[in-house]
Amino acid sequence: MSDLLRPDLALIARTVRPGTRVLDVGCGDGALMAALRDTSQVDARGLEIDGSNVAAAVGRGLSVVQGDADTDLSYYPDASFDYAILSQTLQTTRRPDLVVEALLRIGRQAFVSFPNFAHWRGRLSLLWGGRMPVTRLLPDTWYDTLNIHHVTVDDFRALVKDRGWTIDGQWFLKGDKETTHANANLFAEHAVFLLRR
Amino acid sequence: MASVSPDTRFGLRRQARLPGPLPLSSGASLSPVDIAYESYGQMNADKSNVILICHALTGDQYVASDHPVTGKPGWWWRMVGEGRPVDPARHFIICSNVIGSCMGSSGPASIDPALGDPYAMRFPVLTIADMVRAQAMLLDHLGVNRLAAVIGGSMGGMQALTWPTLFPDRVERCVVIASTARHSAQNIAFHEVGRQAIMADPLWRGGDYYADGKVPSAGLAVARMAAHITYLSEAGLTEKFGRRLQGRDAKTFGFDADFQVESYLRHQGLSFVERFDANSYLYITRAMDYYDIAEDHGGSLARAFTATRARFCLVSFDTDWLYPTAESRAIVHALNASGAQASFVELSSPFGHDAFLLESPELNRVVDGFLRGGRA
Repeated sequence: MSDLLRPDLALIARTVRPGTRVLDVGCGDGALMAALRDTSQVDARGLEIDGSNVAAAVGRGLSVVQGDADTDLSYYPDASFDYAILSQTLQTTRRPDLVVEALLRIGRQAFVSFPNFAHWRGRLSLLWGGRMPVTRLLPDTWYDTLNIHHVTVDDFRALVKDRGWTIDGQWFLKGDKETTHANANLFAEHAVFLLRR
Repeated sequence: MASVSPDTRFGLRRQARLPGPLPLSSGASLSPVDIAYESYGQMNADKSNVILICHALTGDQYVASDHPVTGKPGWWWRMVGEGRPVDPARHFIICSNVIGSCMGSSGPASIDPALGDPYAMRFPVLTIADMVRAQAMLLDHLGVNRLAAVIGGSMGGMQALTWPTLFPDRVERCVVIASTARHSAQNIAFHEVGRQAIMADPLWRGGDYYADGKVPSAGLAVARMAAHITYLSEAGLTEKFGRRLQGRDAKTFGFDADFQVESYLRHQGLSFVERFDANSYLYITRAMDYYDIAEDHGGSLARAFTATRARFCLVSFDTDWLYPTAESRAIVHALNASGAQASFVELSSPFGHDAFLLESPELNRVVDGFLRGGRA
């Protein structure tokens, strides 16, 4: 099941402890939730902004609520989940810092995954082409991308440090393979962080 | 002129006469309690496949069978039937006429045993919770303890949502479509227009119109016309009728139904009075206006759901301005706060509130997936 998942989701699915409670924020069509439910007996709930994604997820028997990470997380009680997960959604929120803050309030730990804007291909595109990067990782043009807060690995680490959060784990991906922590800001296409307050 | 007589006009299929008394929210009580219902499918050995369908204001128990008065197919055949999300091949499906109504369950047109005449306005004022308690009495009578699901749209959604608040251990799944946790001022206002139309009809006569068969159908028709507008969307009306004229090339400079939309509404009003009792309309709209689940739980909607382990599925439609998406969201937020398992989706439809009764593959997909999911 999990080998069909997007690489960052597969990594999260492998790391979540079985039998836990998980809130997947920006859960899409529920692929990760379904994998967690089917392989790890996880009690998974989802929040997703897109109606057809929600319909697909509920259609597979998952508990998913249509809503907006920027506005709807305030309705979840403190520490009501073992994990809150935000995969590939951070860069689309209006206030990423407040969203992560909310994740760490709701979940005892939070997974945050995002595309690394400082990957060398993007840097080259800006440096030599003078254009916003359109790459495998960031396939949309600047005017139709949902990503409104581009973020790099080092930016995110700085935010974590600034807010006094603790990093319990970090993983970096190049394509579907894990890659080294060294120079992650240059070589990682995706980053996955596991945080707690 | 339509005549109303409960014995001849309103078809009676299965009907349970329960001794009662049924204690009511008002402090009054009702006995006996007649409940007319339809059922489909077979109850399985462990009674784990029972689904209760709750109907809307002017609906009835004929959810998936032809209506005895109008001959039309069941009002929710798109949701309930062979190959549908609620399927008699898999589920034992019950749909009962709400008390206060006029299709065989106790209501103002029923005979008051104390007087031997119809109750009329002596019938006790009801609430949505009273309707649900009556349904629970019917389930007791049928030997059903637990519901695999309770499902309803509009006022049916109010009953469905009330079920786990009153009987937290009797409901496994709760599907609430195009509904709300309380009636808003605007909802009450529209209902009051309808009630005043009925009561302003000289034939209403304080509700005592059963004896001579001269019923306040003009008032009831106007009530239905006003309400019907709230079930549609502005865009839907424009698409269906626009400003087109009805069977004529020019305006008449008179007060005939020049416009198609007028003709349509008049038809809706006239056909409605053939199948509905004006006093029932008063009683059921009143029950909806009194509906506010949070009010019954110290002002906290979340508190209403702390005792139940039911899973919830809420669906709203983007053009429904009668029970707009914000009302469903308020329920979802309360469910999240109470830790209940909740799903919610706003579906897109041009048809306003009525969308829940119309063809909607997405609605069927959501309900089907929800009903199949989460089996312990």
